[in-house]
Amino acid sequence: MNRKLAAIGAGAVLACALALPAALAEPVEETLSIDGVEMTTRTKAAEGLPFDDVLSGWLFREAETRALEADSFENPGMLYVERGEEIWNTVEGAAGKSCASCHDDAAESMAGVAAHYPTWDADSERPINIELQIDKCRVEQMGLEPYKFDAGEQKALTTFIKHQSLGEPVELDLGEGQMQSWWEHGKERYYLRTGQLNLACASCHEANSGQHIRADHLSQGQANGFPTYRLKQANMVSLHNRFRGCIRDTRAEFPDAFSDELMALEVYVTWRGTGLSVETPAVRQ
Amino acid sequence: MATPKPRVKVPKSAAAGEVITIKTLISHEMESGQRKDKQGDTIPRKIINKFTCDFNGQPVFSCDIDPAISANPYFEFNAKVAESGTFKFAWVDDDGSVYETEKQIEVK
Repeated sequence: MNRKLAAIGAGAVLACALALPAALAEPVEETLSIDGVEMTTRTKAAEGLPFDDVLSGWLFREAETRALEADSFENPGMLYVERGEEIWNTVEGAAGKSCASCHDDAAESMAGVAAHYPTWDADSERPINIELQIDKCRVEQMGLEPYKFDAGEQKALTTFIKHQSLGEPVELDLGEGQMQSWWEHGKERYYLRTGQLNLACASCHEANSGQHIRADHLSQGQANGFPTYRLKQANMVSLHNRFRGCIRDTRAEFPDAFSDELMALEVYVTWRGTGLSVETPAVRQ
Repeated sequence: MATPKPRVKVPKSAAAGEVITIKTLISHEMESGQRKDKQGDTIPRKIINKFTCDFNGQPVFSCDIDPAISANPYFEFNAKVAESGTFKFAWVDDDGSVYETEKQIEVK
């Protein structure tokens, strides 16, 4: 509330015309239902967050973009879900197995699973996300090489698996293994200012969420819709790609995908969206 | 991406003379021919350049497509149906491939 008053004050000092875009910059008060199933796009924030409510990025997008996500036929991300389903059922590798050989029908075996990722992996003693879980299966069960980061198949299969949790609220178990200390590292990273522009994740997605950064309406930077279909790229964008993109935009050197630094950040950022529905594949600007 | 895969949404049934909405989407990279690769060579144009929809052999909707159309092109249009029949959809690629699909509709 204070921030809103400050914004209006600043607008009045600059020019009256500026007050109008500031007023339009609020997230919309709408409900998202995908094929009739209602999604949680606004829920009470977890303890320790500076917001009253956590908001899905969907609420910050233009009406046309929001409509694309609400209809699973129009959502271009669904093309990648279908591609992922083909990969799920395709036998590959020395062991002669497909994902379906062990996991059968993903609609049952994967239902709700991805809403609880990243999760603790006792073997590697670090948190793993869906991409790393797929790689683990490929190496240990299927006799294959891990996917190259952001390979088309990796994005499609991850999208397909996460889509099986559509509507499921995000909830991480921080009690497992050392998840809590990874969460703390992630939190440090979230508030760490980096790059020539000296920006932290929090500079845009916490302190200025709801404001515009040039033409872009700053969301809370939630992870619940990833991988998302980004209209700008006309393709699926993975969470680690987005992390790297944001860090690059602060003009800092950006870490490798799935590095300790970004896995810790994924744990923390995903936790910030606790209670929001998994929206994969979300559609964003 | 893999072979372009069309998706089409047509109501299963309609009343005679009803105006129905048809939605189509196809996965395609729509390479514009104006981008360059890392070596600085032009990436050859590869787009879907034509889309047609016929109903029982009669044209319903068609359009030429140019390089500014985004990847995964989506078309939505209306048609008035007087009789039961089959909608046939075709997307023509620059390399000559034609991706086709069809949908039945029952008019009561």
